[in-house]
Amino acid sequence: MRITRIDVEHVAQLARLRFSEDQLVLFTEQLNTLLSYFDKLQEVDTTGIEPSTHAVSLCNAFREDLSRPSIVEDDALRNAPASERGCFKVPKIIEG
Amino acid sequence: MAKEPFQMTVHELHELLKKKKISSAELTRSVFQRIDAVEHDVHAYITLTRDLALQQAAAADSQIKQGAIAPLTGIPVAIKDILCTAGIATTCGSKILENFMPTYDATVIKKLKEQHAVFVGKTNMDEFAMGSSTETSCFGPTRNPWSLERVPGGSSGGSAAAVAAEECIAALGTDTGGSIRQPASCCGVVGMKPTYGRVSRFGLVAFASSLDQIGPFTKDITDTALIMNYICGYDPQDSTSVNREVPDYTRALVNDVTGLTLGVPKEYFGTAGIDPEVETAVWSALRELERQGATIKEISLPHTEYAVAAYYLIAPAEASSNLARYDGVKYGYRALEETGLREMYELTRSKGFGAEVKRRIMLGTYALSAGYYDAYYKKASQVRTLIRRDFKQAFAECDLVVTPTAPTPPFKLGEKMNNPLQMYLSDIFTIPANLAGLPGISMPCGLSAGGLSIGLQIIGNVFAEETMLRCAYCFEQNSEWHLKKPSLT
Repeated sequence: MRITRIDVEHVAQLARLRFSEDQLVLFTEQLNTLLSYFDKLQEVDTTGIEPSTHAVSLCNAFREDLSRPSIVEDDALRNAPASERGCFKVPKIIEG
Repeated sequence: MAKEPFQMTVHELHELLKKKKISSAELTRSVFQRIDAVEHDVHAYITLTRDLALQQAAAADSQIKQGAIAPLTGIPVAIKDILCTAGIATTCGSKILENFMPTYDATVIKKLKEQHAVFVGKTNMDEFAMGSSTETSCFGPTRNPWSLERVPGGSSGGSAAAVAAEECIAALGTDTGGSIRQPASCCGVVGMKPTYGRVSRFGLVAFASSLDQIGPFTKDITDTALIMNYICGYDPQDSTSVNREVPDYTRALVNDVTGLTLGVPKEYFGTAGIDPEVETAVWSALRELERQGATIKEISLPHTEYAVAAYYLIAPAEASSNLARYDGVKYGYRALEETGLREMYELTRSKGFGAEVKRRIMLGTYALSAGYYDAYYKKASQVRTLIRRDFKQAFAECDLVVTPTAPTPPFKLGEKMNNPLQMYLSDIFTIPANLAGLPGISMPCGLSAGGLSIGLQIIGNVFAEETMLRCAYCFEQNSEWHLKKPSLT
């Protein structure tokens, strides 16, 4: 076992996901199958190899710092599930 | 028998529109008649924009009347539902974006509008482009026009099926690990992924930002070159788009491959999981290209067998970060029964995302988490470097790499849905080009005994789209696979 049910529950919390009992069992099994397959990578000697984070290396795409029009308030809020007085409305954050 | 307008290519229709033998309005109506006849079976679209299309067609006709006609003017095209279209729902095949209405156009959409192209609708796709069969869409699967019990490939299965079923003249898709080329192969059409950075990703809903790229689906290679001419180019709104002149790709369409060396990687043939019919079809295409003057050379891409593992760590890692934005606050679905903020996040995401998206978020979060980062994400990124080096060495001895696009003809609906690893392995031949940022094209090169499409993949060096198109054009001009159509009634 590369990943236990407890690990899966912990990762789900990090990812802000919840699973039912059945899903937890299934995901633990499926993630284990995948991670076992990914162990193939350990066969490769990568000593001293730089990781690639991009395929085409670009660095520092600069532009002039000019003001320009941005999304207007109405548009920005148009898709919000809840809004009030020009703000996104969310459940209470600070308890007590 | 004369062809119906919906059966023609972009370049054939452009000639008719230019000579005023047909109007864009007539053409657009023809396409919608076709949709009315076959969409029920194929289910290529999530949203059809019939009224908008007819308005755009009328506008295109008045442009044409004034003598202002460009190659895409008045041509009905379909758009993968991952590209933002102002005022047209953009769902990514996900419940979480079911009611999302973009307030701006993706750069490619803006560019097509400038050419007065006509938008037929938004095509079906695997949820957030995560899948190889279009079965993970929350709107139900698309079916392969060649065999309705089979998948059209994915994730851009709707765009591929729409072109194959002639429910549009051409389409746009996106390719992160093969999501243009593999469905093109499954549906017997042409699909191309340009070099990373060639097409702006602004307005493309992000899946894995270092791999995603937009490209066309067409009925032939000439149409691919025409669409490339209008979607490529630098965009200050995408910091990874490359500031490099866009050539006229139609000038690359030369029916001659004399002097080109085609590398055939030994790792892509005779391996477990590859169908013998696929190998035979690809080799007969290679023999044809040899007759046309190309030199065939066996090459080696030694890290090929690690590509799937590297990709399925890197892409989910990027996705877990990109998809953190779906939190029920700024847009999209929100679970209603929330009590606190954290609970709202968790319920929204758990109800809004489908199983495959959750699986990849979990994989990615795990691969990036403390204690596992070095063993998984970093290791995969180092292997990515080795895969890039393999190609660099290959291109020192050949001009193009030629392979099958997919290891098998399209599989049956449901066949791989309970086995994620088997599903992931169907991307084995397309993933390496994404990891290395290279351009790749898939075009029809055969039919299996069961009448299913087989695709030929040509991979070019960075920004060598023209060489790739020249080879593809030459094969097309000396074969008839692109003229074969599914027998939908």
